[in-house]
Amino acid sequence: MSRIEVTVNGETRSVPADLTLTGFLELLELDPRKVAVERNLEIAPRSQYDAIKIAAGDRLEIVQFVGGG
Amino acid sequence: MSDAASKTDTPLVVAGRTLNSRLIIGTGKYKSYAQNAEALVASGADMITVALRRVNLSDPTQERLVDHIDPKKYVFLPNTAGCFTGEDAVRTLRLAREAGGWDLVKLEVLSDPKHLYPDMEETLRATDMLVKEGFDVMVYCSDDPVYAKKLEAAGACAIMPLGAPIGSGLGIQNSVNIRLIIEEAKVPVIVDAGVGTASDAAVAMELGCDGVLMNTAIAEAKDPIGMARAMKHALIAGREAYLAGRMPKKRYADPSSPLAGLI
Repeated sequence: MSRIEVTVNGETRSVPADLTLTGFLELLELDPRKVAVERNLEIAPRSQYDAIKIAAGDRLEIVQFVGGG
Repeated sequence: MSDAASKTDTPLVVAGRTLNSRLIIGTGKYKSYAQNAEALVASGADMITVALRRVNLSDPTQERLVDHIDPKKYVFLPNTAGCFTGEDAVRTLRLAREAGGWDLVKLEVLSDPKHLYPDMEETLRATDMLVKEGFDVMVYCSDDPVYAKKLEAAGACAIMPLGAPIGSGLGIQNSVNIRLIIEEAKVPVIVDAGVGTASDAAVAMELGCDGVLMNTAIAEAKDPIGMARAMKHALIAGREAYLAGRMPKKRYADPSSPLAGLI
Protein backbone atom coordinates (compact mmCIF):
# COMPACT_ATOMS: atom_id res chain seq x y z
CA MET A 1 0.00 0.00 0.00
CA SER A 2 1.42 3.39 -0.95
CA ARG A 3 1.99 6.04 1.67
CA ILE A 4 1.87 9.83 1.60
CA GLU A 5 3.29 12.53 3.83
CA VAL A 6 1.06 15.08 5.53
CA THR A 7 1.64 17.69 8.23
CA VAL A 8 -0.53 17.33 11.31
CA ASN A 9 -0.36 19.95 14.09
CA GLY A 10 3.04 20.97 12.79
CA GLU A 11 4.48 17.41 12.63
CA THR A 12 5.19 15.52 9.42
CA ARG A 13 3.58 12.08 9.33
CA SER A 14 3.57 9.27 6.86
CA VAL A 15 0.08 7.81 6.46
CA PRO A 16 -1.55 5.35 4.05
CA ALA A 17 -2.78 6.90 0.81
CA ASP A 18 -6.53 6.98 0.09
CA LEU A 19 -7.59 7.78 3.65
CA THR A 20 -10.73 9.79 4.28
CA LEU A 21 -10.68 12.29 7.10
CA THR A 22 -12.79 9.87 9.14
CA GLY A 23 -10.18 7.14 8.56
CA PHE A 24 -7.39 9.55 9.39
CA LEU A 25 -8.95 10.46 12.75
CA GLU A 26 -9.45 6.75 13.48
CA LEU A 27 -5.77 6.17 12.76
CA LEU A 28 -4.92 8.87 15.30
CA GLU A 29 -7.40 7.34 17.79
CA LEU A 30 -9.35 10.62 18.02
CA ASP A 31 -13.08 10.93 18.65
CA PRO A 32 -14.39 13.04 15.75
CA ARG A 33 -17.11 14.48 18.00
CA LYS A 34 -14.56 16.04 20.32
CA VAL A 35 -12.26 17.75 17.82
CA ALA A 36 -12.37 20.22 14.96
CA VAL A 37 -10.22 20.01 11.86
CA GLU A 38 -8.74 22.64 9.62
CA ARG A 39 -7.33 21.39 6.31
CA ASN A 40 -5.07 23.68 4.31
CA LEU A 41 -6.40 26.68 6.25
CA GLU A 42 -10.03 25.78 5.57
CA ILE A 43 -12.51 24.37 8.06
CA ALA A 44 -13.36 20.75 7.39
CA PRO A 45 -17.09 20.53 8.18
CA ARG A 46 -17.90 17.53 10.38
CA SER A 47 -20.58 16.41 7.94
CA GLN A 48 -17.91 16.05 5.24
CA TYR A 49 -15.41 13.86 7.14
CA ASP A 50 -16.40 10.74 5.18
CA ALA A 51 -16.09 12.57 1.87
CA ILE A 52 -12.81 14.41 2.43
CA LYS A 53 -9.79 12.53 1.06
CA ILE A 54 -6.43 13.14 2.66
CA ALA A 55 -3.90 14.17 -0.02
CA ALA A 56 -0.10 14.30 -0.05
CA GLY A 57 1.18 17.57 1.38
CA ASP A 58 -2.04 18.38 3.28
CA ARG A 59 -1.56 20.63 6.26
CA LEU A 60 -4.00 19.64 8.98
CA GLU A 61 -4.73 21.25 12.32
CA ILE A 62 -6.70 19.15 14.78
CA VAL A 63 -7.91 21.09 17.80
CA GLN A 64 -10.08 20.68 20.86
CA PHE A 65 -11.42 22.77 23.72
CA VAL A 66 -9.07 23.06 26.69
CA GLY A 67 -9.20 25.09 29.88
CA GLY A 68 -8.72 28.81 29.34
CA GLY A 69 -9.70 32.22 30.63
CA MET B 1 -28.49 34.70 40.14
CA SER B 2 -31.28 32.21 40.56
CA ASP B 3 -31.06 32.62 44.35
CA ALA B 4 -34.17 33.72 46.18
CA ALA B 5 -32.20 36.78 47.36
CA SER B 6 -32.78 38.47 44.05
CA LYS B 7 -36.49 38.88 43.57
CA THR B 8 -36.60 42.21 41.78
CA ASP B 9 -33.76 41.65 39.32
CA THR B 10 -34.02 40.42 35.77
CA PRO B 11 -31.50 37.84 34.55
CA LEU B 12 -28.50 38.65 32.41
CA VAL B 13 -29.26 38.15 28.72
CA VAL B 14 -26.37 38.03 26.21
CA ALA B 15 -27.22 37.83 22.51
CA GLY B 16 -30.63 36.39 23.33
CA ARG B 17 -29.28 33.77 25.76
CA THR B 18 -30.54 34.02 29.33
CA LEU B 19 -27.94 33.23 31.97
CA ASN B 20 -28.86 32.12 35.47
CA SER B 21 -25.76 33.69 36.97
CA ARG B 22 -23.96 36.97 36.41
CA LEU B 23 -20.68 35.22 37.11
CA ILE B 24 -18.73 33.75 34.18
CA ILE B 25 -15.65 31.73 35.02
CA GLY B 26 -12.56 30.73 33.11
CA THR B 27 -11.29 27.16 33.03
CA GLY B 28 -7.54 27.73 32.96
CA LYS B 29 -4.89 27.25 35.64
CA TYR B 30 -6.76 24.71 37.78
CA LYS B 31 -4.86 21.76 39.27
CA SER B 32 -7.14 19.42 37.35
CA TYR B 33 -10.29 19.42 35.29
CA ALA B 34 -11.97 17.67 38.23
CA GLN B 35 -11.17 20.60 40.54
CA ASN B 36 -12.30 22.95 37.80
CA ALA B 37 -15.65 21.18 37.55
CA GLU B 38 -16.12 21.31 41.32
CA ALA B 39 -15.35 25.05 41.41
CA LEU B 40 -17.83 25.60 38.61
CA VAL B 41 -20.61 23.98 40.60
CA ALA B 42 -19.68 26.02 43.69
CA SER B 43 -19.63 29.27 41.69
CA GLY B 44 -23.16 28.81 40.37
CA ALA B 45 -21.97 30.05 36.97
CA ASP B 46 -23.51 28.61 33.86
CA MET B 47 -21.13 30.09 31.34
CA ILE B 48 -17.44 29.18 31.10
CA THR B 49 -14.68 30.40 28.85
CA VAL B 50 -12.62 27.79 27.04
CA ALA B 51 -9.57 27.92 24.79
CA LEU B 52 -8.94 26.04 21.57
CA ARG B 53 -5.63 24.21 21.23
CA ARG B 54 -3.98 21.49 19.20
CA VAL B 55 -4.84 17.94 20.24
CA ASN B 56 -1.88 16.11 21.79
CA LEU B 57 -1.27 13.49 19.12
CA SER B 58 1.27 11.55 21.15
CA ASP B 59 -1.33 10.86 23.87
CA PRO B 60 -4.84 10.81 22.45
CA THR B 61 -6.22 9.30 25.65
CA GLN B 62 -5.31 12.26 27.91
CA GLU B 63 -8.11 13.88 29.94
CA ARG B 64 -10.36 16.30 28.12
CA LEU B 65 -12.27 19.27 29.46
CA VAL B 66 -15.50 17.98 27.94
CA ASP B 67 -15.17 14.75 29.93
CA HIS B 68 -15.54 16.80 33.12
CA ILE B 69 -17.74 19.72 32.12
CA ASP B 70 -20.73 18.91 29.92
CA PRO B 71 -21.18 21.31 26.99
CA LYS B 72 -24.89 20.47 27.06
CA LYS B 73 -25.21 21.68 30.67
CA TYR B 74 -23.01 24.77 30.52
CA VAL B 75 -22.57 27.51 27.95
CA PHE B 76 -19.06 27.15 26.49
CA LEU B 77 -17.63 30.49 25.43
CA PRO B 78 -14.60 29.87 23.18
CA ASN B 79 -11.92 32.53 23.48
CA THR B 80 -9.10 33.71 21.25
CA ALA B 81 -6.47 33.89 23.98
CA GLY B 82 -3.00 33.95 22.47
CA CYS B 83 -4.15 35.66 19.27
CA PHE B 84 -2.33 38.82 18.30
CA THR B 85 -4.03 39.68 15.02
CA GLY B 86 -7.60 39.87 13.81
CA GLU B 87 -6.93 37.09 11.29
CA ASP B 88 -5.62 34.74 14.02
CA ALA B 89 -8.74 35.41 16.06
CA VAL B 90 -11.11 34.80 13.18
CA ARG B 91 -9.31 31.57 12.21
CA THR B 92 -9.47 30.31 15.80
CA LEU B 93 -13.15 31.10 16.22
CA ARG B 94 -14.13 29.49 12.93
CA LEU B 95 -12.56 26.30 14.27
CA ALA B 96 -14.27 26.81 17.62
CA ARG B 97 -17.61 27.15 15.87
CA GLU B 98 -16.98 23.84 14.10
CA ALA B 99 -15.83 22.18 17.34
CA GLY B 100 -18.77 23.38 19.39
CA GLY B 101 -21.46 24.18 16.92
CA TRP B 102 -22.38 27.57 18.39
CA ASP B 103 -21.82 31.19 17.42
CA LEU B 104 -21.33 32.91 20.78
CA VAL B 105 -17.64 33.67 21.25
CA LYS B 106 -15.24 35.77 23.28
CA LEU B 107 -12.85 37.87 21.27
CA GLU B 108 -9.55 38.96 22.73
CA VAL B 109 -6.76 40.29 20.56
CA LEU B 110 -3.74 40.90 22.72
CA SER B 111 -0.65 43.00 22.29
CA ASP B 112 2.40 42.73 24.53
CA PRO B 113 2.68 39.46 26.57
CA LYS B 114 4.06 41.52 29.46
CA HIS B 115 0.77 43.27 30.18
CA LEU B 116 -1.64 41.35 27.90
CA TYR B 117 -3.40 44.60 27.21
CA PRO B 118 -5.80 44.34 24.27
CA ASP B 119 -4.76 45.77 20.91
CA MET B 120 -7.89 47.83 20.42
CA GLU B 121 -7.35 48.69 16.77
CA GLU B 122 -7.08 44.98 15.91
CA THR B 123 -9.88 44.11 18.33
CA LEU B 124 -12.27 46.50 16.60
CA ARG B 125 -11.28 45.20 13.17
CA ALA B 126 -11.73 41.57 14.28
CA THR B 127 -15.11 42.39 15.86
CA ASP B 128 -16.26 43.76 12.54
CA MET B 129 -15.00 40.65 10.67
CA LEU B 130 -16.63 38.23 13.11
CA VAL B 131 -19.98 40.03 13.22
CA LYS B 132 -20.08 39.92 9.42
CA GLU B 133 -19.50 36.14 9.61
CA GLY B 134 -22.51 35.76 11.86
CA PHE B 135 -20.78 35.38 15.23
CA ASP B 136 -22.20 36.81 18.46
CA VAL B 137 -19.09 38.48 19.82
CA MET B 138 -18.39 39.28 23.46
CA VAL B 139 -15.36 41.54 23.34
CA TYR B 140 -12.52 41.80 25.85
CA CYS B 141 -11.38 45.40 25.68
CA SER B 142 -9.54 48.20 27.39
CA ASP B 143 -11.48 50.41 29.81
CA ASP B 144 -11.73 53.12 27.16
CA PRO B 145 -15.30 54.46 26.85
CA VAL B 146 -14.64 55.69 23.29
CA TYR B 147 -13.55 52.27 22.03
CA ALA B 148 -16.41 50.65 23.95
CA LYS B 149 -18.86 52.72 21.90
CA LYS B 150 -17.08 51.78 18.68
CA LEU B 151 -17.25 48.07 19.54
CA GLU B 152 -20.95 48.35 20.25
CA ALA B 153 -21.49 50.16 16.95
CA ALA B 154 -19.58 47.32 15.21
CA GLY B 155 -22.09 44.85 16.64
CA ALA B 156 -20.46 43.47 19.81
CA CYS B 157 -23.08 41.68 21.92
CA ALA B 158 -21.24 42.39 25.18
CA ILE B 159 -18.52 44.84 26.15
CA MET B 160 -15.95 43.31 28.49
CA PRO B 161 -13.48 45.88 29.80
CA LEU B 162 -10.58 44.76 31.93
CA GLY B 163 -10.60 45.75 35.59
CA ALA B 164 -6.81 45.27 35.75
CA PRO B 165 -4.29 43.26 33.70
CA ILE B 166 -5.19 39.60 33.09
CA GLY B 167 -4.15 37.39 35.99
CA SER B 168 -2.97 40.32 38.12
CA GLY B 169 -5.69 40.22 40.77
CA LEU B 170 -5.29 43.95 41.36
CA GLY B 171 -9.00 44.75 41.41
CA ILE B 172 -10.84 47.51 39.54
CA GLN B 173 -8.17 50.07 38.68
CA ASN B 174 -10.28 52.66 36.91
CA SER B 175 -13.79 52.70 38.27
CA VAL B 176 -14.46 56.08 36.62
CA ASN B 177 -13.98 54.58 33.16
CA ILE B 178 -15.91 51.42 33.94
CA ARG B 179 -18.84 53.53 35.10
CA LEU B 180 -18.67 55.70 31.98
CA ILE B 181 -18.74 52.58 29.80
CA ILE B 182 -21.76 51.24 31.70
CA GLU B 183 -23.64 54.52 31.41
CA GLU B 184 -23.19 54.61 27.64
CA ALA B 185 -23.65 50.94 26.74
CA LYS B 186 -26.89 49.42 25.54
CA VAL B 187 -25.42 45.89 25.56
CA PRO B 188 -24.24 44.07 28.72
CA VAL B 189 -20.99 45.29 30.28
CA ILE B 190 -19.00 42.53 31.92
CA VAL B 191 -15.76 43.22 33.74
CA ASP B 192 -13.28 40.69 32.40
CA ALA B 193 -9.94 40.23 34.12
CA GLY B 194 -8.27 41.82 37.11
CA VAL B 195 -10.50 40.64 39.94
CA GLY B 196 -8.46 39.27 42.86
CA THR B 197 -10.95 38.60 45.62
CA ALA B 198 -14.64 38.83 46.47
CA SER B 199 -14.69 42.56 47.28
CA ASP B 200 -13.25 43.36 43.82
CA ALA B 201 -16.15 41.52 42.20
CA ALA B 202 -18.62 43.30 44.47
CA VAL B 203 -17.11 46.67 43.50
CA ALA B 204 -17.60 45.86 39.81
CA MET B 205 -21.23 44.95 40.40
CA GLU B 206 -21.85 48.02 42.59
CA LEU B 207 -20.65 50.17 39.69
CA GLY B 208 -23.52 48.68 37.69
CA CYS B 209 -21.76 46.02 35.65
CA ASP B 210 -24.01 43.31 34.28
CA GLY B 211 -21.57 40.57 35.18
CA VAL B 212 -17.99 39.62 35.96
CA LEU B 213 -15.73 37.17 34.17
CA MET B 214 -12.82 35.76 36.17
CA ASN B 215 -10.39 32.89 36.11
CA THR B 216 -7.21 33.31 38.17
CA ALA B 217 -8.94 34.73 41.25
CA ILE B 218 -10.67 31.37 41.70
CA ALA B 219 -8.12 28.99 40.18
CA GLU B 220 -5.16 30.37 42.14
CA ALA B 221 -6.92 30.85 45.47
CA LYS B 222 -5.65 28.53 48.22
CA ASP B 223 -9.07 26.91 48.17
CA PRO B 224 -10.55 27.39 44.69
CA ILE B 225 -13.86 25.80 45.64
CA GLY B 226 -14.25 28.14 48.63
CA MET B 227 -13.33 31.16 46.52
CA ALA B 228 -15.79 30.15 43.81
CA ARG B 229 -18.54 30.15 46.44
CA ALA B 230 -17.33 33.52 47.79
CA MET B 231 -17.46 35.01 44.30
CA LYS B 232 -21.00 33.80 43.82
CA HIS B 233 -22.05 35.67 46.96
CA ALA B 234 -19.95 38.73 46.06
CA LEU B 235 -21.72 39.13 42.75
CA ILE B 236 -25.12 38.77 44.36
CA ALA B 237 -24.20 41.26 47.13
CA GLY B 238 -22.75 43.76 44.67
CA ARG B 239 -25.69 43.50 42.32
CA GLU B 240 -28.25 43.89 45.11
CA ALA B 241 -26.35 46.89 46.52
CA TYR B 242 -26.34 48.48 43.06
CA LEU B 243 -30.08 47.93 42.66
CA ALA B 244 -30.78 49.14 46.20
CA GLY B 245 -28.77 52.33 45.63
CA ARG B 246 -26.08 53.24 48.09
CA MET B 247 -26.36 56.14 50.55
CA PRO B 248 -24.47 59.31 49.68
CA LYS B 249 -20.96 59.67 51.05
CA LYS B 250 -20.68 62.45 53.66
CA ARG B 251 -17.75 64.37 55.02
CA TYR B 252 -18.78 64.17 58.65
CA ALA B 253 -20.47 61.85 61.09
CA ASP B 254 -24.25 61.65 61.29
CA PRO B 255 -25.59 59.90 64.40
CA SER B 256 -27.92 56.99 63.89
CA SER B 257 -29.73 57.46 67.23
CA PRO B 258 -32.09 60.44 67.69
CA LEU B 259 -30.67 63.49 69.47
CA ALA B 260 -34.13 64.48 70.76
CA GLY B 261 -35.18 63.09 74.15
CA LEU B 262 -31.66 62.73 75.50
CA ILE B 263 -31.67 62.53 79.30
